[in-house]
Amino acid sequence: MTWDTIVGLEVHVELATTSKIFCGCPTLFGRPPNTQCCPVCSGFPGALPVLNQQVIEYALRVCLATDCTINSLIRFDRKNYFYPDLPKGYQISQQHQPIGRGGKLVITTDNGDKAIGIHEIHIEEDAGKLIHDPQGKHTLVDYNRCGIPLLEIISRPDLNSAEEALDYLDKLRRLLLFIGVSDCRMEEGSLRADVNVSVRPTGSKVLGTRTELKNMSSMKAMALAIAYESRRQIKILTEGGRIRQETRRWDENEKRSFALRIKENVEDYRYFPDPDLMAIRINDHWIKNTRELLPELPDAKYQRYLTTLDLTAYEASILTSHPALADLFEATVAICGRAKDVAGWIMGEWLQECNQRACRPQDLKVTPEKLARLVRLLAEGDITRGTARQVFIQMIDNQADPDDYVHRHNLRMIRDIKTIDAAIDQAMAAHPRSVADYRAGKNKVRTFLVGQAMRVLQGKADPALLNRRLLEKLNTPD
Amino acid sequence: MTQIHELGALELGKKIADREISAPEAVRHALGRMDLLDSTVNALITISGRSAYQQAKAIQKRLDAGEKLPPLAGVPLAVQDNISTKDILTTCASRMLHNYVPPFSATVIDRLVAAGGIVIGKTNLGEFAMDGTNETSHFGPVLNPWSTDHLAGGSGGGCAAAVAAGEVWYALGSDTGGSLRHSCSHCGLTGLKPTYGSVSRYGLVANASSLDQIGPVAESAADCAAVMALIAGPDPKDSTTQPMEFKPEPVNLNGLVIGLPEECFLPDLQPEIGKAVQAAAHQLAVLGARIEPVALSLGEEAVAAYCLIAAAEASANLARFDGIQYGYRPADPKHDDLSDYYCHTRQQGFGAAARRWIMLGTLILSAGYYDRYYLQASKARRLVKENLQKALAQCDLLLTPVAPSTAPRPGAGPDDLYNTCLANIFTVSANLSGFPALVLPCGLDHCNLPIGFQLIGSAFSDSLLLSVGTAYQEATAFHQLRPPHVGEKT
Repeated sequence: MTWDTIVGLEVHVELATTSKIFCGCPTLFGRPPNTQCCPVCSGFPGALPVLNQQVIEYALRVCLATDCTINSLIRFDRKNYFYPDLPKGYQISQQHQPIGRGGKLVITTDNGDKAIGIHEIHIEEDAGKLIHDPQGKHTLVDYNRCGIPLLEIISRPDLNSAEEALDYLDKLRRLLLFIGVSDCRMEEGSLRADVNVSVRPTGSKVLGTRTELKNMSSMKAMALAIAYESRRQIKILTEGGRIRQETRRWDENEKRSFALRIKENVEDYRYFPDPDLMAIRINDHWIKNTRELLPELPDAKYQRYLTTLDLTAYEASILTSHPALADLFEATVAICGRAKDVAGWIMGEWLQECNQRACRPQDLKVTPEKLARLVRLLAEGDITRGTARQVFIQMIDNQADPDDYVHRHNLRMIRDIKTIDAAIDQAMAAHPRSVADYRAGKNKVRTFLVGQAMRVLQGKADPALLNRRLLEKLNTPD
Repeated sequence: MTQIHELGALELGKKIADREISAPEAVRHALGRMDLLDSTVNALITISGRSAYQQAKAIQKRLDAGEKLPPLAGVPLAVQDNISTKDILTTCASRMLHNYVPPFSATVIDRLVAAGGIVIGKTNLGEFAMDGTNETSHFGPVLNPWSTDHLAGGSGGGCAAAVAAGEVWYALGSDTGGSLRHSCSHCGLTGLKPTYGSVSRYGLVANASSLDQIGPVAESAADCAAVMALIAGPDPKDSTTQPMEFKPEPVNLNGLVIGLPEECFLPDLQPEIGKAVQAAAHQLAVLGARIEPVALSLGEEAVAAYCLIAAAEASANLARFDGIQYGYRPADPKHDDLSDYYCHTRQQGFGAAARRWIMLGTLILSAGYYDRYYLQASKARRLVKENLQKALAQCDLLLTPVAPSTAPRPGAGPDDLYNTCLANIFTVSANLSGFPALVLPCGLDHCNLPIGFQLIGSAFSDSLLLSVGTAYQEATAFHQLRPPHVGEKT
């Protein structure tokens, strides 16, 4: 018997507003415990919530970008449960009238595009964090995260594999980044995915009992967890067992999931409308305005890069993976054209430098204007790639101007045959053994000799010319 | 000669402004009265004498320097102990918050203090302002200054008793189903339940958020209007406040139509109350108002809806008292798990009445009951409001009794929650609809216990109510009656 895996994702994303959802506290990550909270977000008696309008604005963008139907009247509800990270004893969320329903997100599968349904998008506040004392004596509560605005984006169970789930999450991440509502950092918890997994015999229309997976801190972990869970369920069913509806925690070290406490009865959150907050009317005018302000979405950008800029699928995909890359790319191309060259430089040297410096793409302080001139110098053959790299480092570290730097350090490419010939002669004279080896048939030695000749000219020689001249000299016995 | 405590709040304010009486003198006098009376009346949970005296001295300095301050500057006030006061205990009369000192003040307190108000004490109430008599206070019941065999009423008995006993000149209380109005009526005082949204709730420890309103308690409607002028108005910290300003204006009673719902005068109404309320209506007619009978059902459905909504909201509002961040923690350090800890904290921290409300509210909101109870109650609430609106379309104000009987004796109240709520039959409609309601004293019964009547107006008619109240009080003297010999040593 073959089995189908059915996956649905509940994604929590922290909205990148500067202040919290119901008070003026900042939303900065990684601050000392309990330094970013006030009576409102830490649930003091008598404190009242006041909605941050920016949250609605951001939520609207997400709904529009995922083709959701927007509720014209939204309300907040109280979700009641006890936990130490929830200082009010209830979470302000949306149950009865959420902001959006019935949207979709298109993913790419081996069989082409596939629309994944979005069941619902609602707004809520985040809870705090528990910090367990290493000696196990105490548990401490940090309220800094309380009241950070969250969107919960609930997909339909339309995903059929770990790969599809991964692509869905990646597409969603790109979308959220491009519309500027979240920084989507899984490692900092600003993007969190809970995964519902079930399996059923191929062809069956009935959904199997599902389990919920929590605590995946990366995309990779999520893919592993789904694959693991699907295998686990198939094994149980094949052996005649039954799946228990439960929440399971993914253990990153052991690469397996564990059942959390099994809930005997379904949790009853006793939702009811929060009397402290007024209903919000979202009229067509507001929707229209927000729609007009939406930037080009990553899918459209990707298509445009393929068709009008002639990039490869790989290039277009990388450049649309983060708005910082796409912005840099487009701003640079707007100055110097040469889309292919710019794409090549960003995907090569730029990202490599970011990698080495462990920084984000937008952290390299090089303007598109300077990058355009560097690309132009390289593309027009004024400098070699090696020189360009050297100049680029200077641009990053010392804000060097590429033209000026090349000029002052005399780095223009050397094309003069006499100079190049002299360098080759010098290199051949210094390494007679290598020359002899080459002539005896060891072709590989040529690369060494090119390097030696290049070194004489501090790497500035026109590589094609140097190569050709060296070959001619080697093939012409003295 | 009139003693300082026999003055009204505005009268004392004027004497302080004219520097006939100094602010520190007023504070000393109030502290003296508390010392003399409060062991009997039990109106206060906390007396903040030291900080009050400091504030009074600062205000006096400004007055002495010739500065003009708002009308109530320098007049000490008491604040119900469910309204947050920075650095002053705010217990809600519960063991749960017996040690809780808020790090911030309610907006109403900030506004009063900015206008020279001096908070001198925190008044006793039914635990979390939840019951009708204040007998559930962790600090014992408030006795009525008119007769210490009787209760001051509730749940806001402390603020009414403190003013009636002449311990302070005015007070702030809260009103969820009528508690401020009941205690004013039982103590012979004037009190306003303002329109929902006209006074900020920020800092009021929530009982039932959609019903709660903070209001003034004082000798006269004029004093209440002076307090409202300071505390009313939109607050960016409370999104349920409305952009309305409170502007008291004198009113001409000629042509004013006052509706008298005949259904109010039911057989279970204490006959003396019926008579006194009718007499008040007559007095208003003498002043020029037209009294007209109106059809208005003040039926039990309003009380039922009130009970359900109040319990549901309270169950969530009181969830934050979990022994984690502030308030009561169980002494026994042994807990099997977290849920055990919560159970101990809440079992020991809350009194029986609060626990009953919480359990009822939890049930009402549970799956399967929500539609049957909460939604049903919300619909009934809409109907109550519509009925009131219809009645107020035929007249300017409605005139009703406040309570079916005068101040109760301790332990005499019904034990079941619903019958306790029934005592609020005349008052809950104003909370359910959000409309303002003013209580004015209008007589004494055969035990010499005060009787009050209630005027209900449309949304944001607070200033009209107070102006009518002032006109009534200019023609009558009920509000000037004092409790005889309260607690005074012979």
